[in-house]
Amino acid sequence: MTDTIPTFPMTRAKGCPFDPSPELTELGEKGPVNRVRIWDGSTPWLITGYEEQRAALADPRISADVRKEGYPHVSESGKARRQHLQAFITMDNPEHDVHRRMLTRDFMVKRIEKLRPRVQEIVDGLIDQMLAGPRPADLVRDFALPVPSLVICELLGVPYADHDFFQRCSSRLLNRTVSAEEALAISDELRNYLIKLVAAKDAEPADDLLSRLVVEQLRTGALTDVEVADMAVLLLIAGHETTANMIALGTTALLQHPEQLAELRETEDPKLVANAVEELLRYLHIVHSGRRRVATEDIEIGGQLIRAGEGLIAAGEIGNREQGAFEGDPGELDIHRQSRHHVAFGYGIHQCLGQPLARMELQVVYSTLYRRIPTLRLAVPLEEIEFKHDMIVYGVHSLPVEW
Amino acid sequence: MKVLIDQDKCVGAGQCVLAAPDVFDQRDEDGIVVLLQEYPPAELHEDVRQAARICPALAIELDEA
Ligand code: HEM
Ligand code: SF4
Repeated sequence: MTDTIPTFPMTRAKGCPFDPSPELTELGEKGPVNRVRIWDGSTPWLITGYEEQRAALADPRISADVRKEGYPHVSESGKARRQHLQAFITMDNPEHDVHRRMLTRDFMVKRIEKLRPRVQEIVDGLIDQMLAGPRPADLVRDFALPVPSLVICELLGVPYADHDFFQRCSSRLLNRTVSAEEALAISDELRNYLIKLVAAKDAEPADDLLSRLVVEQLRTGALTDVEVADMAVLLLIAGHETTANMIALGTTALLQHPEQLAELRETEDPKLVANAVEELLRYLHIVHSGRRRVATEDIEIGGQLIRAGEGLIAAGEIGNREQGAFEGDPGELDIHRQSRHHVAFGYGIHQCLGQPLARMELQVVYSTLYRRIPTLRLAVPLEEIEFKHDMIVYGVHSLPVEW
Repeated sequence: MKVLIDQDKCVGAGQCVLAAPDVFDQRDEDGIVVLLQEYPPAELHEDVRQAARICPALAIELDEA
């Protein structure tokens, strides 16, 4: 039937945990823009085409403002929470750029490069601990999560001792099935935790990002304490979950491609490592819930008229595998492919602020972990690994490994 | 090839710096793009084209006339 509207998101095929859902791929083959039905019964436009996604996400006539009528929310809890959190990820211009520019200095390529030796130290330290600990280890708990958590804590000036608390909060918030009440309660808890920390930094500023925001933005009246706290919540959540999932899912994928893993292990070429990071970002596209927006004016995308007030979802996992948009066969993992133009960090003004940090962390991890533990392997069959189908960001819940 | 940048549009994503480090840099105080060479030599043209293509804010324009 051509007039039935498919439901989004769609399930991945059994046995193909790294590939997008086959129904989603099929829908993309019908055309770059199609209607889908989401959890609340609404029918936003799903954009699968690579160029069409880039055009839409860079268009000032589409809005990321979750309070606007027609915005296609990820879930009921997402709807409740997003209307609570006030950070630039859901702002439009000119407001967005004003807020984002309060942070662009901290994430610029040059400054992130200076953190590389410290990240290397953190990665080596965690590997030492894992090697000295019991086998099998859980790569998620013992390595993939602590690396980005430690890094973002140091950068922001959040005590790592509290990581259990905020990791638990963010993993609940990123779960599509959490109730609106719980999501709101957790958001309040996180915000209050950060507000207290902001007050502590105000009393005694340290050499960290949060203190700088307090001195430059809070004390000058540019931001309120709630706004500083919400900005920090955004960084804390965006800064560790995503990178952690790339570490664990990336390792799972590489273990299924032993020749490429071996190449990565042997190479002395930082360019190949950087290239592999881009390719894994493209191939795995962990942000599998789509970039969500709403049109503020009538616009045409891929030949389709989208009316003001209609929702849009850009499905990067399909765009990132489009024939012709990438060399060779984009359905395959190939660490030599030139894939830097992927949309795994999004596109347009909201493209990931933390991308230089994420890239550097992943480069350090991928060039260290397999070299330090050359016999690294899964401790259970791939079929027993639990993938994060229910989560807003894709990955594995745990990864039992042996060596 | 002439390179034009729009600092008002730039969101400091750093993509251009990774693609063509000899042509683009980021301002120390706020990470906004600065142009190092307005007329880059031919051997850098491919990298500069890539930078313009992947800039998420459409802040880089090329005049190849
Ligand atoms: C591999 C790791 C990461 C991936 C795949 C990723 C992905 C993304 C994506 C797709 C967006 C766009 C959201 C949208 O358009 O709606 C985004 C935005 C953002 N990311 Fe990341 N991210 C990663 C790591 C990080 C890190 C380490 C940080 C920083 C601490 C970070 C901070 C942010 C922020 C602040 C935004 C909002 C930017 C804006 O709205 O202007 N991310 N990220
Ligand atoms: S790629 Fe574009 S947005 Fe990013 S720093 Fe360069 S000019 Fe600015």
